[in-house]
Amino acid sequence: MSGYLFWLTRWVKGEIIAIPGRLLAAVFLLFLFLVPGVSSHPYFLDTLTLTAIFTIYAASWDVLAGFTGQVNLGHALFFGIAAYTVAFLNVHLGFPPWATIPLGGLISVLGGFIVGFPALRLRGIYLSLVTLGFPIILTGLILVFGAYTGGELGISGIASLSGSSVKSYYIAMGVMVVSLFVMYKFTDAESKIIRIGVILHAIREDEITARSSGINTTNYKLLAFAVSGFFGGIAGSLYAHSIRVAGPSTLDLFLSFQAILWTVFGGMRTIYGPVVGVFFLYPLTEFLRIYEIGEHLRFIAMAVVMIFILLYMPEGLTIWVRDKMEVICPRCKLANMMIRRSCRACGAPLHLK
Amino acid sequence: MIEMILINGLIMGGMYAILAMGFSLVFGVGRILNIAHTAFYMVTAFLIFISTNILRFPMLPSAIVSVFLVMGLGMVCFWLFFDRVKEHETALIIIGISLALLFQEILLLIFGGSYRGIKPFVDGLVLVGDASFTYQQVLAIVASVITLTGVWIILKKTSLGLAIRSISQDREVANLMGIQVDRICLITFGISAGLAAIAGVVVAPIFMVHPLMWANPLIIILAATVLGGMGSIKGSVIASFILGYAETIVVFMVPEGSFLRGAVSMAIMISTLLIRPEGLFGVIFEEELL
Repeated sequence: MSGYLFWLTRWVKGEIIAIPGRLLAAVFLLFLFLVPGVSSHPYFLDTLTLTAIFTIYAASWDVLAGFTGQVNLGHALFFGIAAYTVAFLNVHLGFPPWATIPLGGLISVLGGFIVGFPALRLRGIYLSLVTLGFPIILTGLILVFGAYTGGELGISGIASLSGSSVKSYYIAMGVMVVSLFVMYKFTDAESKIIRIGVILHAIREDEITARSSGINTTNYKLLAFAVSGFFGGIAGSLYAHSIRVAGPSTLDLFLSFQAILWTVFGGMRTIYGPVVGVFFLYPLTEFLRIYEIGEHLRFIAMAVVMIFILLYMPEGLTIWVRDKMEVICPRCKLANMMIRRSCRACGAPLHLK
Repeated sequence: MIEMILINGLIMGGMYAILAMGFSLVFGVGRILNIAHTAFYMVTAFLIFISTNILRFPMLPSAIVSVFLVMGLGMVCFWLFFDRVKEHETALIIIGISLALLFQEILLLIFGGSYRGIKPFVDGLVLVGDASFTYQQVLAIVASVITLTGVWIILKKTSLGLAIRSISQDREVANLMGIQVDRICLITFGISAGLAAIAGVVVAPIFMVHPLMWANPLIIILAATVLGGMGSIKGSVIASFILGYAETIVVFMVPEGSFLRGAVSMAIMISTLLIRPEGLFGVIFEEELL
């Protein structure tokens, strides 16, 4: 027993406390876990629940656009498909939330395939434009068949995620942590077990070379579309259950753009970037709404911040901060704290004069 | 009915053609997918609204001044933002989105979300068959024809046009031939913003002015540029008229068709990309092929 404890403390010390980024992430998780104990005001908790949902959504955009390089301008398609699926299943067929959320994700995967098949024949701007088109077409169809889809008002009366705000908060946070972990592992290029991550990176950097190295790039891009669609769908399902309406706003162009803004703010090609982006920007813009003037100023502030970030920290906030905190050992490629003189594992000097 | 479709399609097509031409120019010269393009069109419509409805200036001078103001705004935006991130395709798209949002929100802050009308430049009606059209609509058609020919002449007959065309064919070789690529890019961006402004001036009295008016034309000119072939000016103009008519026919013929405006163009765009990715008149570059 004490042996396990010894290895656990060794692991925590070596893998979490020694690396500033991971230490921050651990502190952040602990903080999220304790929030309902500090304040259980429903408005506050509901905002954080939505923040968690949008985090999953933004991270799923990052899997597709950041890691695989398929810049999707219509990511709200996955969100909207799942929200409407949930609405149909829950309101008309009476499915409970634990069944509708995975089903919403799976139907979104189907949507991902439908978009993916035509889109994968194209690349760059052309692919972005095709993905931009699909949510707009779907919105048009939803409005035309308003008798079945509720038109502009959408479908209301969806069951809430759970009875109380605190429970919903924990459910959303739990789903968020699990989803982020899965996406992080899926895209991790340094993993020695799962090779998908490094292949996705290769496809982004140079697709022709990846192909000539014997990688079936189409299959991997389709896989990225499916995974991204699944988590986008999970986010959409949770959203439908937490605001209890599925309307055309879930397919809005603006929602697609927001995924991009959040992710680029936090830092593309990192799963933690979107987390920071959403947890920074979404509560800020929501709490600004309380004041009359903030209602108008919030998107102005967001746009200005975006432009500033792109011009001065083009890699995003997290990467900028990470490069200030961590240094990679030149010999063994292990992350170290910036303040260390020599690598914690191999003793190589970190800051060469 | 037929007259309505013919004339309305011509008006929509003309407006989209002016917008798409500017968009296509910038795409050809700078390889910039300028999402904020239709934001300039919206800003012009609001400038016209301010000068005629609030400040009570006469129509013609306020139209001319707003076009030049927006040209300046476009060049400033290019110089401050687009030029600095031009190496990154994604960053360009995001800068465009942010700028468009910025303009939209500033206008929302000042004017609120209500729909506003501008009184027409000229009053009066003209009868074509059973349908009647305002002189303003006729003026819109005439203005778009004049603008399109004007730009066409600039592109084909002047040295600036020659420079623009050669840069869009091969940027590096054009640079080697002594063309100042950066300066031409700036000027082209100004022309492009000016074209968006002209479209705004022409249609502001026909449509309502509101801070979300940039989104729908943006979708359609994206479709038009793809259908005509990326970077091909002739193609984007012809494609704009095709899409203008497609939209008008759907709006008039299909029940509840006005909801499908964007969807029709997007469906056309996606099928173009699948069947003939180079568009009607475009050439696809070797390095952009898979």
